[in-house]
Amino acid sequence: MSGDKWTLITPEMFFKALGETLQMLGVSLVLGSILGVLIGATLALTRAGGVLENKPISLGLAVVVNLIRSLPFIILLVAILPFTRLIAGTSIGVWAAIVPLTVMIAPYIGRLVENSLLEVPRGVVEAARAMGASPWQIFWRFMLPEARGSLILAVTIASVGLLDATAMAGTVGAGGIGDLAISYGYQRYDTFAMILTVITLIVLVQGIQLLGTVIARRFRRR
Amino acid sequence: MAERSSEGRIVFDGVSKTFTTQKKVATAALRDVRLEIEPGTIFGVIGYSGAGKSTLIRMVNGIERPTSGRVLVDGIDVGALRGAKLRTAQKRTGMIFQQFNLLDTVRVRDNVAMPLRLDGVGVAAARARAEEVLDFVGLGAKAGSFAGELSGGQKQRVGIARALVRNPRILLSDEATSALDPTTTAQIIQLLRDINAEYGTTILVVTHEMDVIKDLASEVAVMADGAIVEQGSVLDTFLHPRSPITRDFVTTVVPQGLPDRVVDHLGGDGLWRLLLVDDEVTQPLVSDLITRFGVEVNLLHADMTEIQDHTVGQMIVKVTGPAAQVLEARAYLQERVVHVEEVQA
Repeated sequence: MSGDKWTLITPEMFFKALGETLQMLGVSLVLGSILGVLIGATLALTRAGGVLENKPISLGLAVVVNLIRSLPFIILLVAILPFTRLIAGTSIGVWAAIVPLTVMIAPYIGRLVENSLLEVPRGVVEAARAMGASPWQIFWRFMLPEARGSLILAVTIASVGLLDATAMAGTVGAGGIGDLAISYGYQRYDTFAMILTVITLIVLVQGIQLLGTVIARRFRRR
Repeated sequence: MAERSSEGRIVFDGVSKTFTTQKKVATAALRDVRLEIEPGTIFGVIGYSGAGKSTLIRMVNGIERPTSGRVLVDGIDVGALRGAKLRTAQKRTGMIFQQFNLLDTVRVRDNVAMPLRLDGVGVAAARARAEEVLDFVGLGAKAGSFAGELSGGQKQRVGIARALVRNPRILLSDEATSALDPTTTAQIIQLLRDINAEYGTTILVVTHEMDVIKDLASEVAVMADGAIVEQGSVLDTFLHPRSPITRDFVTTVVPQGLPDRVVDHLGGDGLWRLLLVDDEVTQPLVSDLITRFGVEVNLLHADMTEIQDHTVGQMIVKVTGPAAQVLEARAYLQERVVHVEEVQA
């Protein structure tokens, strides 16, 4: 498919785009998960009745999380360009996309993590308090292990959402599968490019979901 | 009997607790509770749901704090402690729960070892101690299982092992048998009695089941609306319940009286309920009454139960005959059994 007649894209272009997508996905997922667990843990622990109940922190964080989550990703992407330039040193390319992707996904993962942690039975937390566990021990030794199956599923859901968002990263010249679909499949009427990218995205989503489900099942003991 | 230790005393000194809801409505969960629980006793607190007994037991390990009054555990005012000091105090008590509250994601031995791990004990040492306690509760063979693979009774044994792993002087039991069937309940009660006998652990039991009080506790306090309405030895409470609510609880174990229809039909004088303790139950009372006083005796009900290593019997009789003889018969009975009362509809 060297592309003089039936398609414009080359294998090199395709694999480069796939690499960019996986890089954006992987890096922002790792960063977003770390931030997300911090956000989720803070939300779950400081809420009313939590082991570190703290109204100002809980409320303030909730406002920030809701604020970011209320912006469509394409808007967030351009709105925080100055911030992106500050962090990544550039406003173009894969790294310029990773910053807004992380900013977008961290509060999302945070809310999912919060829910997972709140699913841990109250009785387990009560037993932990009864045996004199510190707030940190309650989180680290009781809530986190009990929630881990649910946390894996949360990260799985977030990954799929993240893959969705990488399609818009072309806006800042980060490339990726989504960009290939837009600039060749759509703008240059390359049907083959369109089909190829759609199939690739479907395979990626199925793969992520399968992996997440399998890992979560192994971690879950009920 | 339990060897008496000087540690494990719990004192509730005028404890009140008021919860304020989000709409700023204050509800009193506890009202001026005064109790002294001696080291090494098994003390039962009984009441219906919402009576405040869960709030009460949670004050002993500082999960709840009194609004006023003090809860003293071996002289330490637990409600006044914060942070690390509170956590140190909490390590002197063990607690077991209705829903067991075990971790599903770690093995039984690690569930039991958890309190020691929190204290910084190494994995190997903590597990060794955990397996020792698991042997004591009869679950040594299940150390490598997950909680999800165990029956309710086995889960509660794990809960008990976890509560005992630090050798606490006090064991708190919050409706620990309420989710279990009668046979399993009896086994768990026996285990708790063994623990008390072996280690002299003070056990505070909160329950809504009078059977549990009867088989386990030596002292009982009855709670209603956040207040203690009656308190005393279990045997005494069964024989002479004073408040209506205590009577209701006693009735669940020792059914009192007859169907109303029967009482209405037989009514009047000479319809008596007799309570008999220990040797009293072996007296030939019915034939005594007949031969000595020439009265007719109609035995309507009789039962017997064990309470705190005492045999407690109950008889309901209808005695008829000339009024003088009936009176004499009653005087005779009053000398020979612990309690005689008229049965009322």
